[in-house]
Amino acid sequence: MSGGVDSAVAAARAVDAGHEVVGVHLALSRMPGTVRTGSRGCCTIEDSMDAQRAANLIGIPYYVWDFSERFKLDVIDDFISEYAAGRTPNPCMRCNEKIKFAALLEKALDLGFDAVCTGHYASIVTDAAGNRELHRASAWAKDQSYVLGVLTTEQIAHAMFPLGTTPSKALVRAEAAQRGFTVATKPDSHDICFIPDGDTRGWLAEHVGAAAGDIVDRSGHKLGEHDGALAFTVGQRRGLKVGTPADDGKRRFVLEIQPKTNTVVVGPKEALAIAEIAGSRFSWTGLPPEDPAVPFTCDVQIRAHADPVPAIAQVVAGAEASELTITPDRPLTGVSPGQTAVVYLGTRVLGQMTIDRTRSAVPVA
Amino acid sequence: MPVYLDHAATTPMLPAAIAAYAAAAAAVGNPSSIHGYGQNAKRMLEEAREQIAETLGCDPIEIVFTSGGTEAVNSAIKGLYWARNPSVSGAFAPARPRILIPGGEHHATIDAAQWLQQYQGAQITWLPLDRQGRVRLEAVATELDTDPESIALISMLWANNEVGTIQPVEEIAALAASCGVPLHVDAVATYGQLPIDFGQIRLDTGGGAAGLVAISVSAHKIGGPVGIGALVLSRRTAIAPLIHGGGQQRQVRSGTQDVAAAVSFAVAASAAAARLSDEAIRLRGLRDRVIDGVLKAVPGATLNGVRDGRLPGNAHFSFPGCEGDSLLFLLDVAGVAVSTGSACQAGIPEPSHVLHAMGRTDLQARGALRITLGHTSTPADVDAFLAALPEAFVRASRAGFADRVVTLP
Repeated sequence: MSGGVDSAVAAARAVDAGHEVVGVHLALSRMPGTVRTGSRGCCTIEDSMDAQRAANLIGIPYYVWDFSERFKLDVIDDFISEYAAGRTPNPCMRCNEKIKFAALLEKALDLGFDAVCTGHYASIVTDAAGNRELHRASAWAKDQSYVLGVLTTEQIAHAMFPLGTTPSKALVRAEAAQRGFTVATKPDSHDICFIPDGDTRGWLAEHVGAAAGDIVDRSGHKLGEHDGALAFTVGQRRGLKVGTPADDGKRRFVLEIQPKTNTVVVGPKEALAIAEIAGSRFSWTGLPPEDPAVPFTCDVQIRAHADPVPAIAQVVAGAEASELTITPDRPLTGVSPGQTAVVYLGTRVLGQMTIDRTRSAVPVA
Repeated sequence: MPVYLDHAATTPMLPAAIAAYAAAAAAVGNPSSIHGYGQNAKRMLEEAREQIAETLGCDPIEIVFTSGGTEAVNSAIKGLYWARNPSVSGAFAPARPRILIPGGEHHATIDAAQWLQQYQGAQITWLPLDRQGRVRLEAVATELDTDPESIALISMLWANNEVGTIQPVEEIAALAASCGVPLHVDAVATYGQLPIDFGQIRLDTGGGAAGLVAISVSAHKIGGPVGIGALVLSRRTAIAPLIHGGGQQRQVRSGTQDVAAAVSFAVAASAAAARLSDEAIRLRGLRDRVIDGVLKAVPGATLNGVRDGRLPGNAHFSFPGCEGDSLLFLLDVAGVAVSTGSACQAGIPEPSHVLHAMGRTDLQARGALRITLGHTSTPADVDAFLAALPEAFVRASRAGFADRVVTLP
């Protein structure tokens, strides 16, 4: 229970469904803030108190479990090292994968619980043969199946998402108000919980460091200099201090960040179109494809709120590791290595892959 | 009802204390008012003060009511520090910057002293504990002998609130008196469990303006209400006030005095004093039943602190290979309320700083569990705890430590 409205309603519904429920708030920082500021949605003492008040109203016991050490190792350190390697990680997915449905789930199972129940908007459906599948939520606007795409079959066997079938967040808020929860009107959280002021670039500069380097075009010609490669995101246009206009006079965009040489590669907008993505870190949720080496049709989604794009996917055996390769029917934009691609079959989450490399739809002229 | 074995956190109010509170709360009058209502309130307040003074071996004028133990400790430490370092023509330059404090003190003491260090030029000397949690007397003597003129005060727990180890208060009071240094003793955990005789100790240890000059106590640890405590402050000792205002209570603690709470506190104090020696014997019997039962049920569990020479109602253990936090949770679910140590903010458990001060490892500190008995405890309570413990320990051991590597497939 984060202290937000979703987990409070999820807990109440689990109780209504007849389960024996205990509220657990995760302490993910050794030095929690005192009060909530802005849209930072968890981890402060105020949030912990909100969670406890909800548990009191539901009539369930409530405890704070400290996972701050694992969170630092598995989420924060991973976030730093991924950025340092020029990739764009999703810490919320890492937290689901390593903390909520791993460290927390495992401790819970050992202590005698059966499942972890959260306020995520996603559904678990059992097929005719009894296999559990992860599906999108009924409320498509709030659907969070993307950030749960990292869950394995074993993890979803012990997961419960009571909000998955609710058509909208407004209904969840109304239910919270009707149940008398003080958090019914609490704002949604958006920012990364361990970056209190929302200034991700500043935080990264502090934790990874920033050094001046070159801005080059796709052929490697130096166009200018930057103060720190981490300040840039793939697809970014503003803040590029490259004086000379491109030969064709068009605006230039960040295409790639090369951490080893501290170089930012820029080019025309068309070059942002990605024709293929691939990665060796992938997993399946529920039953895997019968033979993943045979190309199969699916939908691919590359951000929490991006539209799914029809695609062909295939696992290709390599010398060191096999790789999942995904070829979308139309080029993707705003893709950078480190992001997660979640693969769907209709509403069902089939699996996910951390993007290692991308292939532009527009080769270097 | 679940079994309650966390009396050191707070103990149930005595029915007589609740009745006295309700009756006194119905009376109208500010004890500082001149009229009849005020005089009646003042009478109730001063009767309460006299009864409480009686249980602490001090004069009524030496009882300063506070909002609780934390305020009493803060008043003593900051108040003594400021009084011993008066500002000269408006300039504050402490001539006696040193504060002597044992390791493993309550956070009221640690944080108050560290605040003085950060903002008021204090220098803290941490006095070492032995493995049982006792202050090393020779270290105290050495520190007190080193330029005693530079020492503002020494403050220590009478008995540790977590592990229950009783300190050699009289020996340290004598050392402090001989060096001319004032001593404050935090007796919040001790009051009601061991006899406290402020006047007798001062007499025996040569306390004048120095030596034992102040003791902190709290009402809710002895069956009185939360929200009131007292600083026993020698009539020969002046401290600078923490709270300024109407000048009540020797100018030490301004604010309208809480008559109902004081009356209720007095009822609990008198009852605790009346039952003290019999109750100590009874609690020691229950405590030994806990200690024997735990050491038998869980091989590898260790008792922290000494077997004797600890508070009658305190048993404190380190369990191998698990978090005290997990044990607490499992026992709570099984209907037995215990603690890992002192209560903490937002429920985030910290490895016990007391066990660290006693030279224990981080893992030993994390597996800590405190069982504390009080006036409502029965042999059946202890047996219920001992019956629930083995299963809880098995499960908690399976869960291990929170930072372990996850092995889920």
